[in-house]
Amino acid sequence: MGAVMSNTPIKRIKSVSYAKWGYFFIAPFFLVYLIFHLIPLGSTIYNSFFENYRSGLSQIGPKFVGFQNYITLFQNGELPKYAWNTLVIWMMGFVPQILVAMLLAVWFTSYRLKLKGQPFFKTVIYMPNLIMASAFAMLFFLLFSAIGPVNQFLIQAKILSDPLRMEESTTLTRSLIALMNFLMWFGNTTIVLMAGIMGIDQSLFDAAQVDGAKPRHVFYRVTLPMLKPIVLYVIITCMIGGIQMFDVPQILTNFTGEPNRIAMTLVMFLNKHLQSKNLGMGGAVSVLIFLITAALSILVFQSMTKEMRAANQQRKQFAKAEKEAK
Amino acid sequence: MEAQKAEKNTIRFGSARLTVSRTFCYIVLAFLTVLCLFSFYMLAINATRQHGAIMTGFSWLPGKSFLFNAKNLFEDTNIPTLRAMANSLFVAGSCAILTTYFSAMTAYGLHAYQFRFKQAAFLFIMLVMMVPYQVSTLGFIELATKMGMMDTYWPLILPKIAAPIVFFFMKQYMESVLPLEIVEAARVDGSNEFHTFNRIVLPMIKPAIAVQAIFAFVENWNNYFIPALIINTNDKKTIPILIAQLRSADYMKFDLGKVYMLVFIAIIPVMIVYIFLSKFIIKGVTMGSLKG
Repeated sequence: MGAVMSNTPIKRIKSVSYAKWGYFFIAPFFLVYLIFHLIPLGSTIYNSFFENYRSGLSQIGPKFVGFQNYITLFQNGELPKYAWNTLVIWMMGFVPQILVAMLLAVWFTSYRLKLKGQPFFKTVIYMPNLIMASAFAMLFFLLFSAIGPVNQFLIQAKILSDPLRMEESTTLTRSLIALMNFLMWFGNTTIVLMAGIMGIDQSLFDAAQVDGAKPRHVFYRVTLPMLKPIVLYVIITCMIGGIQMFDVPQILTNFTGEPNRIAMTLVMFLNKHLQSKNLGMGGAVSVLIFLITAALSILVFQSMTKEMRAANQQRKQFAKAEKEAK
Repeated sequence: MEAQKAEKNTIRFGSARLTVSRTFCYIVLAFLTVLCLFSFYMLAINATRQHGAIMTGFSWLPGKSFLFNAKNLFEDTNIPTLRAMANSLFVAGSCAILTTYFSAMTAYGLHAYQFRFKQAAFLFIMLVMMVPYQVSTLGFIELATKMGMMDTYWPLILPKIAAPIVFFFMKQYMESVLPLEIVEAARVDGSNEFHTFNRIVLPMIKPAIAVQAIFAFVENWNNYFIPALIINTNDKKTIPILIAQLRSADYMKFDLGKVYMLVFIAIIPVMIVYIFLSKFIIKGVTMGSLKG
């Protein structure tokens, strides 16, 4: 290549097009995405319109049934129930998560409080995020089972006479899942919100302080309004994460979502169909989960590109003003 | 004089209030710390106690049977723990390498070159960034079956080449640290474009690669949903699959020392590595969250 270039006139070198290299560099991503994500997504959608499952030893279908799988899902009430479970458990974990994270983010960034030991606390609260969710759920199962250390302690300390049983208590099972989700994610949210607060123009806080605003007012009038886009981003991405909730309830309830399947989430339901090779129903559940996440993704996408569009527009206006000035 | 005194009083009063609110903050933080660490503390305690001791009662203090439990677990042929650790390391390591290398490559392609579908390609990746992999898993399993990849590691590793979120992080990072003048200088020196990427660009974005490699490794070390659907053979199972298997077995019949030990092995190594790298990792989370 070097030899070719040295023979061509200088003018030509400048106009050498490197565009093909752009395609070369992005090709692996798009090839892999096409093969392992897009084509499977297409065949998942395709499958959702067929009756196709195993009943004992005999294979039923594949037979085209239109929207029958979707209708069945809603009619027998399974899907709405599991969607509701997912929503309730997610909310039970997420509400304390964002409130605690907001509180900690404000404390950690406060010049007034100047809290000591911040690196230590940040390290501790972020740690559960990296823990294997399935192992964490297994650990909670061991700790909170009827013969586990928590019940042993409560009984030895004469606080309880009978052990608390997950298998019997809807509230306990759901609360434990929510608690694990909370522990795994509040540290992460704290760090994201902190980054957001530190990105706010310091002069706004200084001005508020000069005006004699109380910390509470600074929070509601300055921090929160400026932080709105990031809070929105956190809420939507956490919702998308919540829809995917699987490892923790799956292991904690031993794949069943018991008692009374109140801990059966959408993805656990999907997994059940994948395990039993019910391609029609599995496909329909997948498509519904896809539609929910797609709607939420578009919101994230808009909030992220909005900033870029705004920046672009600003640049254009600036360029225009410069031209006019000339 | 009076005014000065009054001012002093308000300052003292102010600082007293500050002490109160600080104390309150520390109490809440201490509570959260205990909440975060309690379960891991109990895990460490019970991993060092024998089955009989765990069954008879609760203890705040560790036992002496850590090695006994470890030996028991490693010798149990139904739970090939060491094998599963090696498998998990292999899968997570391969995923981390592929994800970071190809994401950097994609980001570089969209950062350094002008071509017709550049904008469209970028918008596409942004749009699919949040689509969960679970929704295409059904078709994915079908595909893996047709390609004869079931019960192999290929379906766990190869798809990681396309990682939109890692790509986005790399792209952001390149925009802040990689001036295109350097690429042009390399061109003038006669460096091939691919060579430039490997020898000049990659070293310049090392911090981003390191952070994303850690995250990718941890994510795949912890991954359970897809591996559980793909892997069947006992010898190929990864740690999360073994844990799920142990949960579904009748655990009352199990040696609890062994069960705690397996969970310990799944959690504690990651925790120790994390403690050493925590500053670096938390910085990475912060960088990733600063968008636009």
